[in-house]
Amino acid sequence: MKELSLNILDIAQNSVKAQASRVEIALTETADTLDISIRDDGCGMKPDFLAAVTDPFTTTRTTRKVGLGIPLFKLASEQTGGTFSVESKDAETYPDDHGTCTRAVFLKNSIDFTPLGDVTGTLTVLIQGAPGIRWVFTHAMPGGEVALDTAELKEVLGDVPLNAPEVLQWITEYLTEQYAAAAGDAANNSL
Amino acid sequence: MKSLAELAAIRERMQNKVMLREGSGDIRVVVGMATCGIAAGARPVLNAFVEEVNKAGLGDKVTVTQTGCIGICQFEPVVEVFEAGKEKVTYVKMTPEKAKEVVEKHLKGGQVISDYVVKDI
Repeated sequence: MKELSLNILDIAQNSVKAQASRVEIALTETADTLDISIRDDGCGMKPDFLAAVTDPFTTTRTTRKVGLGIPLFKLASEQTGGTFSVESKDAETYPDDHGTCTRAVFLKNSIDFTPLGDVTGTLTVLIQGAPGIRWVFTHAMPGGEVALDTAELKEVLGDVPLNAPEVLQWITEYLTEQYAAAAGDAANNSL
Repeated sequence: MKSLAELAAIRERMQNKVMLREGSGDIRVVVGMATCGIAAGARPVLNAFVEEVNKAGLGDKVTVTQTGCIGICQFEPVVEVFEAGKEKVTYVKMTPEKAKEVVEKHLKGGQVISDYVVKDI
């Protein structure tokens, strides 16, 4: 993957397939680290499956949703000297509290750090593909914060679907503006 | 700055359109969005289709959707076009530029771009 935002898209697709109703993508950035977590309330994984989930060669076709996605994300973080974890509770054992949380921490100053890239493009693709899910996105940076919660948009939109092209366009501009503001604040703070 | 008030305006504009859209969607554009597709560049292809279909005013006729791995990972990004009464068309190694062309020539003009198509799969 050329950008970490593509890894995020890939991992979040697992949440979509796990029939999550809420997916939270949280990015927390400091000067030296980037912490990415993708948390869903989907069907989760059983312990034996979870144990094998980072191994690309234990994948079977019926559980294709794992495949290379998680190993690639794990590699991207560990090659910077960072850490990676997946926690999961399956719906059968935990009927009231199930889901999966995938988290990777990156050391930004490593030569092997993959740039984050186009997060906005990732979010629009996710919302376009799964408008029924509540997407909660936050990106905390030293210079400011970018946030989007599709539940708030839905309240205003009523019957109009989140994946209407006009709405996706609005989301793109909304996030782009927030990123520009956060970058502006960072520049001002460093003066 | 973008505000939620603008979304409310979109809602008002859209409400009439939503009624029109029911029962339509003659053409379905399906973009492979599994690990293989994403790694090969499917994200900008999907976004290009959404944007260009809207720009071309084909929103009532064309639905853009996503799917998992289609099984021909070496040809990703792969895009399938389904149209009622016609054979499925599979475009391979797609880019946003090719997507724009497909919208213009195929979805709007009805002409399959055979250069981008893989046969017998």
